[in-house]
Amino acid sequence: MDAIVFPPVLIGPLLPTLVVLAAAALVLVLDVVPWAIPREVAAMVALAGMIGALLATLARWSAPGRAFRDMVVLDNFALFFNVVICYAGALIVLLSMDYLRRTGSESSEYWALVLFATAGMMLLAAAGDLVVVFLALELMSLSLYVLAGLFKRELASGEAAMKYFLLGAFASSFLLYGIALIYGATGTTNLDRIAAAIASRPRDPLFGIGLGLLMVGFGFKISSVPFHMWVPDVYQGAPTSVTALIATGSKAGAFAALIRVLTVTLRGVPPDWAALLWVIAAVTMTVGNVVALAQSNLKRMLAYSSIAHVGYMLVGLVAGGVGGAGSVLFYLLTYTFTTAGAFGVITLCERARGEAVEVSDYAGLARRHPVLAAALGLFLLSLVGIPPLAGFVGKFYVFGAAVRAGYFWLAVIGVLNSAAAAYYYLRVVVFMYMREPEGAATTYASSFAGSLALAIALLAIVLLGVMPAPFVDLAQAAVAPLLR
Amino acid sequence: MIPLVSVVTFLPGLAGLALLLVPQRADRVLRPAALGVAVVTFLLSLPLYFGFDAELIGYQFEEHGRWMPTLGVSYHVGIDGISLLLVLLTTFLMPLALASAWGSIEDRIKEFVATMLILETGMLGVFVSLDLFLFYVFWEAMLIPMYFVIGVWGGPNRIYAAIKFVLYTMVGSVLMLVAILALYHQYGGATGRYTFDLPVLAQYVMAPGRAQDLMFLAFALAFAIKVPLFPFHTWLPDAHVEAPTAGSVILAGVLLKMGTYGFLRFCLPLFPDASLAFGPLVFTLAVIGVIYGAWVSTVQPDMKKLVAYSSVSHLGFVMLGIFTLNQQGLVGGLIQMVNHGLSTGALFLMVGMIYERRHSRLIADFGGLWQVVPAFSALFLVVTLSSLGLPGLNGFVGEFLILVGAFQRNPWMAALATTGIIFAAVYMLWMYQRVVFGEVTQDANRRLADLTTREWAVLVPVVTLIVWIGVYPAAFTGKTETTIEALIAQVQAKTSANR
Repeated sequence: MDAIVFPPVLIGPLLPTLVVLAAAALVLVLDVVPWAIPREVAAMVALAGMIGALLATLARWSAPGRAFRDMVVLDNFALFFNVVICYAGALIVLLSMDYLRRTGSESSEYWALVLFATAGMMLLAAAGDLVVVFLALELMSLSLYVLAGLFKRELASGEAAMKYFLLGAFASSFLLYGIALIYGATGTTNLDRIAAAIASRPRDPLFGIGLGLLMVGFGFKISSVPFHMWVPDVYQGAPTSVTALIATGSKAGAFAALIRVLTVTLRGVPPDWAALLWVIAAVTMTVGNVVALAQSNLKRMLAYSSIAHVGYMLVGLVAGGVGGAGSVLFYLLTYTFTTAGAFGVITLCERARGEAVEVSDYAGLARRHPVLAAALGLFLLSLVGIPPLAGFVGKFYVFGAAVRAGYFWLAVIGVLNSAAAAYYYLRVVVFMYMREPEGAATTYASSFAGSLALAIALLAIVLLGVMPAPFVDLAQAAVAPLLR
Repeated sequence: MIPLVSVVTFLPGLAGLALLLVPQRADRVLRPAALGVAVVTFLLSLPLYFGFDAELIGYQFEEHGRWMPTLGVSYHVGIDGISLLLVLLTTFLMPLALASAWGSIEDRIKEFVATMLILETGMLGVFVSLDLFLFYVFWEAMLIPMYFVIGVWGGPNRIYAAIKFVLYTMVGSVLMLVAILALYHQYGGATGRYTFDLPVLAQYVMAPGRAQDLMFLAFALAFAIKVPLFPFHTWLPDAHVEAPTAGSVILAGVLLKMGTYGFLRFCLPLFPDASLAFGPLVFTLAVIGVIYGAWVSTVQPDMKKLVAYSSVSHLGFVMLGIFTLNQQGLVGGLIQMVNHGLSTGALFLMVGMIYERRHSRLIADFGGLWQVVPAFSALFLVVTLSSLGLPGLNGFVGEFLILVGAFQRNPWMAALATTGIIFAAVYMLWMYQRVVFGEVTQDANRRLADLTTREWAVLVPVVTLIVWIGVYPAAFTGKTETTIEALIAQVQAKTSANR
């Protein structure tokens, strides 16, 4: 028996996560100090935390590090996701500032929880061990459960939190059970050592079942069919800024862990699992798009559309290899900016009775608020995949990887789905540009921070659409070491 | 060295975006400014015509820039004898379309002129792109401005028509995207060089078989919907009828040509074996379109709808010409694309002018216009005769060449197609007779004003070209013949290499 050796503490690889956690702690401390502090300070600290984490991430670029006996692996893959998550977090902070004040839900817990959730996502991307995957996932999820119920006086918000929590806890237990079985089969929870253990006996049934249960847990977190039932209710009921975080950051974190677990542990294993993912991808995008066609609530429509986009990303995962996994990373980058932007526009639209969430609330928006309407229009066109916006390049890259790997028919299903999706996205454009409002019109809730967030997101989707090459290269370079 | 092709392509779109920044109180400058931009674009495109060396094979005015080297995507534009005429047609029609909207579009002028100019960049980009990725970007991006033109400034049923237009086109073009990717990977896998560059890919001799057939079908579906080839034409009457006059002119004049252009530029050189194999099918559909379009036109009570269905018939002729795969047919098909753009564009313009005066397009509401508006009626006659292919005017040249080509390929089909010309005379002349001749039957028509100076300025250039092409087509066909010869030689070389 080995002597117990205390591992050397290297906080370098944890630095981006620690910056976010420090900001969260500071927000909590500021809440209890006896003297009065302006309310904006907590938001500013949160924003500084996101930006600081982004800078810490960029500073560690191409300087891979491992810590805590390979439990945390801060390679370029994790750093790429950190960038996505930090941007998502920063955009959500900007969008939340005036949104919370308007809805009367301003509290410092909100900022702390957003920061904790973000830290969980970043840790998820850097997890080199199934235990860390679970811990990070729970850190992220528990924060989000609370955030979903932020609007205490609204029934829908409470319902969303309850549903999210119950189903999420259920999914987490699947995940944990899967981890236990994998540990039983291989004697370790470290991803690299699992890969080594499983390479000699890839058909181990215990490992197979464990991985399957793990996939159920991840399927819930990324909201792939058939584990998507919670998505519409949660997205619709949660405060819009929280919805944006669930739709972008939490998806990015879960995808990061999913890609790492799949590619690392199954490195030396024949890719039979791709056939299963093939079916899940095809069903996920089809179900998401078909149901989205029938939605009249914009948040619910975007929820189903996000399910469809998960389907597209799974296509990239099915394709596999540097091209396939890289395409998922790039897609997530484009999807994060686009989706955060689309939800962001909703936070800036106001009606006499609360938020403008029905598609018909947007009738005639282009005439009164042309810039806001143009912004939402561009985000939606990017989601359709119209060039030269980011969404097009993302789809092009994902389907390109699928065709390259020989999955023609999956690519055909994917592109036909995206053509059908044009109908419901353009329906919003129809309301904004081609119809006049019946009754009271939707007004623009003036917000400098929110407008800034939209401007950043718009700039990003145009830049990623016109000049995608450097980001595509980064995404590929980020996944290359995993596939060694 | 000025990158002339890029300047012509991007000037309208960038100017359109700039016009969006014009403040509300200065909206008087919008129409003149937009028209000025369109005219300048046309003038800038003239050096392309005069500087184009008709003897050279290959692309001219080429520009090659880095874009996404790791993916094999580059910014590659240039023109040859095929795209030259279509670029000129686009830059020629756009000022006329904008001028035609001078009196009819009053709502959201700023957005309208900006959308039209962005649309022009999209269309020109389609014609000049020599990189499949770049081509696809323009091909898809162009949908959105057209969607807005129909959906915002169109008729009562505009939203339905706009959505139908977008969805039809999207379904075809996304499948083309998969085919583009498949071609890219097949070429890359075979040669080790991953590229979307069209001239490079066109050198590749692909083995005939299922893969080539599927890729051809995917491309062909995208283009056939755009043309529109029977039975993919059902979006066209809705879109044409609901679109405002300027939109209809561009839709009929340029957009439909993107489909036929696609067959010439991509299907024939990239998939020659499949083009030959599916040639008879396309041939048959084209002939059905010619006759069906003509028959349906005959019974239309609405002038705009009549002109819309006549496009199905005329574009059937163009497709017939392309799939003869011989010199006369292809040159005829190409020149007929230009002719259709001019004559149908002019027909839409004139129907729009009469609609502005009378707020009706029903043939039954008119009669005896010659007595009221003689100048309008005279020009309408020229345009009508051009559309039905009277010798001496432009339509005859194209249809004659196409039929000469078609007789060599399949005399029976050609004979059937010829009846389309007869039916064209029937529906056009019958419509003209009911609208212009006879007594003035309705009092509302007695006080119609004749052409204004602005309308003269719009129509005279079109009519001049209609006569010019009719009398001296060599000025236009001469620029294309070498390119077409080279295309046919390429198709023959590639198909015989596989035998």
